[in-house]
Amino acid sequence: MMSKLFSPVRKLGHAIIDAVLRLGFAARFFVAVIMASGTSFRRFSLVIREIYIEGFMSLIIISVSGLFVGMVLGLQGYNTLQRFGSESALGVLVALSLLRELGPVVAALLFASRAGTAMTAEIGLMKSTEQLVAMDMMAVNPLSRVIAPKFWAGVISMPLLAAIFSAVGIFGGYLIGVRFIGVDAGTFWSQMQAQVDVRTDVLYGVYKSFVFGIVVTVIALFEGFDAPPTAEGVSRATTRTVVISSLAILVLDFVLTAFMLGGN
Amino acid sequence: MNLFSTLGAVIRVVANCPLIKLECAIQISSCCYIIPLSAMSIDKLVEITDLNFSYSSRPVLRGVNLSVSKGSIVAIMGGSGCGKTTLLRLIGGMIRASSGVVRVDGEEIRGLRREQLYEMRRRMGMLFQFGALFTDLSVFENVAFPMREHTDLPEAMIADLVLMKLNAVGLRGAARLMPSELSGGMSRRVALARAIALDPMLMMYDEPFTGLDPISLGIIGKLIRDLNDALGTTSILVTHDIHESLRIVDYVYFISEGQVVAEGTPDEVRHSTSPFVEQFINGRPDGPVPFHYPAPSFEEDLRLEAVRS
Amino acid sequence: MERSTYDLWVGIFVAAGLAALLVLAFKAGNLGASDIGPGYTIKANFDDVGGLKVRAPVKASGVVVGRVTEIRFDPVRYQALVTMKINDAYRFPMDTTASILTSGLLGDQYIGLDAGGDSVMLKDGDTIRLTQSAVVLEKLIGQFLFNKAGEGGKTSAGLPSTAKAGGS
Repeated sequence: MMSKLFSPVRKLGHAIIDAVLRLGFAARFFVAVIMASGTSFRRFSLVIREIYIEGFMSLIIISVSGLFVGMVLGLQGYNTLQRFGSESALGVLVALSLLRELGPVVAALLFASRAGTAMTAEIGLMKSTEQLVAMDMMAVNPLSRVIAPKFWAGVISMPLLAAIFSAVGIFGGYLIGVRFIGVDAGTFWSQMQAQVDVRTDVLYGVYKSFVFGIVVTVIALFEGFDAPPTAEGVSRATTRTVVISSLAILVLDFVLTAFMLGGN
Repeated sequence: MNLFSTLGAVIRVVANCPLIKLECAIQISSCCYIIPLSAMSIDKLVEITDLNFSYSSRPVLRGVNLSVSKGSIVAIMGGSGCGKTTLLRLIGGMIRASSGVVRVDGEEIRGLRREQLYEMRRRMGMLFQFGALFTDLSVFENVAFPMREHTDLPEAMIADLVLMKLNAVGLRGAARLMPSELSGGMSRRVALARAIALDPMLMMYDEPFTGLDPISLGIIGKLIRDLNDALGTTSILVTHDIHESLRIVDYVYFISEGQVVAEGTPDEVRHSTSPFVEQFINGRPDGPVPFHYPAPSFEEDLRLEAVRS
Repeated sequence: MERSTYDLWVGIFVAAGLAALLVLAFKAGNLGASDIGPGYTIKANFDDVGGLKVRAPVKASGVVVGRVTEIRFDPVRYQALVTMKINDAYRFPMDTTASILTSGLLGDQYIGLDAGGDSVMLKDGDTIRLTQSAVVLEKLIGQFLFNKAGEGGKTSAGLPSTAKAGGS
């Protein structure tokens, strides 16, 4: 009786202990990857290959999404601003939304579901088919040969992807606002330039996406590395990568924003 | 176009700068066990004494003693889950023994630091059960992998060596294929070519015969014997395929419940009177290896269920 | 794929990313416009700077002639001390008036300079004496209500008529 009564509580406790344990493992994994990064910099071609897979291959989804997000911002922004007669602020609205929030966050979410899942599945499959153990038996450390290059490629690609997302998005806002609706081009750009600050707006966005890059790649690689070596284990790990990285991105975005605005 | 190429190259040059060397070796253990060399005989490549190993609290190996002479092929046989594969992992240093000594070429595996262990593994080759080929690399690149990682040989020489190794396993023609295009037997042969890429002193085979058709099985068996003799390697074969292995090996150890229960040359094994070996060779369902997993008596189990419900 | 092919595409990717960053910095941001060239520094004391920020523009007749470089509280005079950098090309007389103005109804605040008639020009480090503080909405409303209360004593119909005027 007692055991049945307490079983939900016990389950909760188990889940929390499990989560904390995994967090600890992930942190240790992160440190181990950093320690094993020597090879990545000595043989940078390994990282270049991964940048191609993670960064270059994400270009299309990032640019198309950026364009449409920018276009929607143009439409919605114009609709709202014209009620107050402030259409001239459309450029500012589009640029600030993209640079401070949407660029880093949406690009990171897309990156997690495009490149992150691929990383998890690849590592998980390499583990379940004994490729990682085989590599270790060949006296090649899988952490430095496979994991670390993927990590650094993610850290390098993420800010670039976010910047491309924002730039394409601003172009999308320009297309809709100036070309389609007819806001004056001069007002659009000059208002934007007067209000957007390179340090607080552009650079903070870059910092954010840099942090997101680290977090998403570490989660994706850890989930793959930690996945049970079965088909079900790998597919669950892939799902977890998307769920956990999305949550981590949104929570961290709030924390970072609070931090940056507080420090202002 | 050229400009972008240059940009990629420049990034690489910058990153190659020696100032950015972050390499930090992770030391697993720094303790060294020094055991006088005179204790072991010169012609034994692998010596295992009083080896115990357990996963958490479940004992897998209990007081195993065995040795492998240089140049010979030794089979380690036993039912599924009796700790054969664990034994290979202990020799390769992938896991550490609870107690006892594993010595390869006179060095104790447990006492090695990570770099020393890697140094040792370069002289070992291991064939995994399903080959464990790198799926993103072609057959050629798979075989070239150990050479590229561990040597600075020029590209032309690597190409020659790879083709030689592939020729030895009869798959020179498949060099450009991807692992996904190979059959099970072929990928195991490619994995074999990869394992012998650096001419190892010790080859370990983990269930090399599992899931192969009779022809592929014969090919793998012949390759194991031929490569061992041609390269002067020593081989350890973990398997439960008794008929194929008795044809090619020099010595056999039988393991059951974590202990060596019988040993001998193939001829001795064929004429053995040991009940375990008899059961194993003839494949009888019950005998010294019981049909039932250890359990309380059937009646007791059933009554217990009846009380609960 | 060949290594040089990876180099090429990654080179394109990195170049595109850096180009995007530059576009953001120069086209969307104010990095290109921020530098006003070589200049000299002048100061001004204000009772109230309102929402004025560092890097806010300094304008004369609507033309940007400089930028605010520092805003701090002067503990001796109990006033705000604003330091600004003016482009060397523009000279202003000693009796110039500096006022804090707002661009549009809700826009950012800037400093407007109205040149006087003095023949002596401001030099590096000089202080403008004639200043006009920012218009603070609360003070304005307070003043308005105070006046209305004064009027209300004479004519009781004052308040509704104002409400009507505001509504139209």
